Amino acid sequence: MNNFQYSRATDVADALSQIASDASAKFIAGGTNLVDLMKYDVEHPSRLIDISHLPLTKIEETTAGGLRIGALVPNSDLAWHPLVTERYPLLSSALLAGASAQLRNMASTGGNLLQRTRCLYFYDVATPCNKREPGSGCPAKEGINRINAILGTSDACIATHPSDMCVALAALDAEVHVAGPNGERTIALVDFHRLPGDTPQRDTNLDPKEIITAIELPPQGFSKHYTYLKIRDRLSYAFALVSVAAALRMDNGTTRDARLALGGVAHKPWRNPEAEAALNGQAANTDTFARAADIVLHEAKGFGRNTFKIDLARRTIIRALTQAMNGTPQSQSSKKIA
Amino acid sequence: MTTYIGTATSRVDGRDKVTGAARYAGEYGAPDLAHGSVVNSTIAKGRIRRIDAGEAMKVDGVITVLTHENRPPMADNDEAYKDDVAPGDGSPYRPLYDGSIKFNGQPVALVLAEDLETATYAASLVKVEYEEQPHITDFEKQLGKAKALPAPAKPRGDAAKAFAVSDIRHDAEYYVPVEHHNPMELFASTAVWRDGKLTVYDKTQGVQNVQRYLCGVFQARPDEIRVMSPFMGGGFGSGLRPQYQVVLAVLGARALKRSVRLVLTRQQMYMVGYRPAMVQRIQLGAKTDGALNAITHNATTITSQYEDFHRNETTWSGLLYKSETASYAHKLVRLDLPAACDMRAPSAATGVYALEAAMDELAVALQMDPLELRLKCYSDSDQHTGLPFSSKSLRECYSQAAEAFGWSRRNPEPRSMREGNDLIGWGMATGIWEALQVPITVRITLTANGHAEVACATSDIGTGTYTIMAQAAADMLGVPIDNVTVKLGDSTLPPSPVEGGSWIAASVSNGIVTTSNAIRDELLRLAETMPNSPLMGIKTADVTLSDGSVTVKKTPRSTVPIADIMRHAGVDRIAQEKATKFGKDGKHAHNTHSAIFAEVKVDEQLGVIRVTRLVSAVAAGRILNLKTARSQVMGGMIWGIGMALHEETLIDHRFGRIMNANIAEYHVPVNADVHSVEVIFVDEQDDIVNPMGIKGLGEIGIVGVPAAIANAVYHATGKRVRDLPITLDKLTRDA
Repeated sequence: MNNFQYSRATDVADALSQIASDASAKFIAGGTNLVDLMKYDVEHPSRLIDISHLPLTKIEETTAGGLRIGALVPNSDLAWHPLVTERYPLLSSALLAGASAQLRNMASTGGNLLQRTRCLYFYDVATPCNKREPGSGCPAKEGINRINAILGTSDACIATHPSDMCVALAALDAEVHVAGPNGERTIALVDFHRLPGDTPQRDTNLDPKEIITAIELPPQGFSKHYTYLKIRDRLSYAFALVSVAAALRMDNGTTRDARLALGGVAHKPWRNPEAEAALNGQAANTDTFARAADIVLHEAKGFGRNTFKIDLARRTIIRALTQAMNGTPQSQSSKKIA
Repeated sequence: MTTYIGTATSRVDGRDKVTGAARYAGEYGAPDLAHGSVVNSTIAKGRIRRIDAGEAMKVDGVITVLTHENRPPMADNDEAYKDDVAPGDGSPYRPLYDGSIKFNGQPVALVLAEDLETATYAASLVKVEYEEQPHITDFEKQLGKAKALPAPAKPRGDAAKAFAVSDIRHDAEYYVPVEHHNPMELFASTAVWRDGKLTVYDKTQGVQNVQRYLCGVFQARPDEIRVMSPFMGGGFGSGLRPQYQVVLAVLGARALKRSVRLVLTRQQMYMVGYRPAMVQRIQLGAKTDGALNAITHNATTITSQYEDFHRNETTWSGLLYKSETASYAHKLVRLDLPAACDMRAPSAATGVYALEAAMDELAVALQMDPLELRLKCYSDSDQHTGLPFSSKSLRECYSQAAEAFGWSRRNPEPRSMREGNDLIGWGMATGIWEALQVPITVRITLTANGHAEVACATSDIGTGTYTIMAQAAADMLGVPIDNVTVKLGDSTLPPSPVEGGSWIAASVSNGIVTTSNAIRDELLRLAETMPNSPLMGIKTADVTLSDGSVTVKKTPRSTVPIADIMRHAGVDRIAQEKATKFGKDGKHAHNTHSAIFAEVKVDEQLGVIRVTRLVSAVAAGRILNLKTARSQVMGGMIWGIGMALHEETLIDHRFGRIMNANIAEYHVPVNADVHSVEVIFVDEQDDIVNPMGIKGLGEIGIVGVPAAIANAVYHATGKRVRDLPITLDKLTRDA
């Protein structure tokens, strides 16, 4: 870990002005990922601008009937907030599927969006990695890639985005509010993270001089038919091999509005509008679910050790949609799969 | 008197541990403390061409950067580096000795600075240029080049011939990957420098081993280096041998002539010893009634290029079950990795996994209940030697564990037991370990006010040694446990070997008996001259120490307070130091046994495995402390879940480098993976093994558990996965 300056931002404007003046500064909130990466010498910011005291900790209903979640709301507060557990239980469930209680207490909502990949090569500065050091190469493609991506990969990078929360947010059509030197703007969650392409060093479309201020959820929360099903190598405290956020609006056995987002399979939470369209207006059953899964995965590509994920993702999608249909969401405390 | 022995006494050091009063090696300070940070190699084989520490030295607060080129002198011969536990063959690794690179992650420089942050940062600035040579870390590719070791045990009959004509044959290979110990406490050493002498606080399972080793490496006199390890946050074998951080801390202290602390990082914890990866081929031949007539167990394990570490995986197969013929072979593959080392139940966790998974497969082939097969092959003698056991209550283990588990309700058909989406599997296995004991010396000082100090240079690696020593001493001396002070983990105390092999509880407890008897004898001797003493002419064996008095066993009213004896003799304390040796018992085999039953539930579509129940019945002689014993066995069982389902050190062979060197990606069981874990201690009186009848519990908890779980997974799914860990993808793969 390098030596760094530390300063505290008093408000959003101050945070923006501080980050504008130092190109290698970084914001820090909970620090649950950034501090680790600094210890591993993956990140070496010249300055940490502590934003944890900014007034971005509210969860409020919007006039449109949705929810606005301050960027600094801790993951644990968000997961257990009554408006979230009642109206957006999918989000609550995804949050509780991630990390540990201790980490969720520290981790902020905005920071969760900015988690970096867990690719083994990204974390080890003794090995090449295009994400860490553009142009150095991607050993994961022919290496230990059990946790790597099967969708949306590029020659340069097969990393995955590790967040659980973001998978639920993608399914729920959340929007990210950001502030920057040119004012405020809104980015759809599904457009927030990028595919690696030939610029894997860029995880998101957030400009380094911008700050996340809030996440906004539209009114539709799918509180009746939803699930977050996370499959991993142990029953808790592991990143997803494959996770599925499924949410359905049902009408007499027919799917009216389907949402399907995958985690652990791509550089971003993975949604496929075609697959969702194939479910809408159709009877909800294993056949239609399998068809949707096939659409999601028809371009999936394995890299050896992670090839099993394609079939696993298919099974997990079908199971998750079944759980959502039946109104038997996956419990995140009992590890028996519903 | 047994007021404390055999009870569930809480840890005497528990309060210190939970309040932070117990200090660990990396927590000791000194006014002149400098902090170290290690630079590790990023190649697996070659030579250091150049080390550029220029940038590091420019950092404010950096004192020096030590490399093989500028370090203080160290011994130049292998003998000096051979610690008590070093393997016989090969050259022990010498940290920072020369420019050769023997494995990826090897220490190449030590940065010393005024504070840890500065040292760590400066270490990241040290540039090392290498002359790289081709390396080999891929075990599978080197299998053909394995070197045969001398036969691990004498074969019985012609196993190959017997196998060929057996009614039922099973022949398969079992794989265990490289695994790491992952103790919670990082390897750490604080070398405190005082006027040219060093007190080294080290994370180790053997302070005197480290002390002798350091004296050899640094050609120091014994009184120049003292090694202390009063507390240890888990060893599991990784702390049996001195690790490189203790050498580097002492190097630093000698270079600077001041105190140095060095704590490894979690990543660096994966660049030391490990449980070796292995392929084991087991052939079992049986008659149709299940009687074994041939056992062949061949193991191939890995080690480094410089040192041959191996344990005898195959010995358990020959010992455990009745079979007319048996043969064993062990081969070793040398790779460009650090030397392998002991890890919990070395050879048995792995060897018995293969044997017991194979026995399950044989039971399937025989269409026989797996427990019935074990009983059919049950042996009342060590099959290697023909010697009877000093005690063997394995039958009771089987019956009590089976009863607690409900084994009789098992439907033998795989995939036959279901619950919703879950397939339920029930599996079982046998566990075995040696009941070992080692020479040990214990000093006891009993004061007139009824306080006792018990001292021995053994270690408490977290298992409860402080507590059992206090229990044994309190009972033997007849004082309340609160009046007993235990001193251990200090190289200046009476001699003890390293704590390992499950041998310390039996050894030190019997050592306390020996020395307590000497205390008793001395009291009687002093009492001889007391006027009108009821102890006059009484033999030592006829008295006990209880309630602060010497009492005649047959006439309890004949009693004299210890304080009175000491007052009469004009002393305020009696101190005795006695060595205890355990004679070679040429007439019996000494072993502990266990029976493990496991229930798994496997989601049929997704392959997610939950170990919902584990029951282990253990026969290990007298149990000193039901609470610490249970904890220790439970820990082993939970580790068995990890070995069966989670643990695997992943090496990228292109770099020869361990890629999951952290506990986020090297998975061990978390609470969610652990459900019902039940430990049963089977009554086992053993008057032969040692006077106290203790056999030790350190290893037996894990042995057999991976096989019981693997067998349960087969019963649930019909899928036999022989390569650990059993991850969900292996349940759906072809073949």
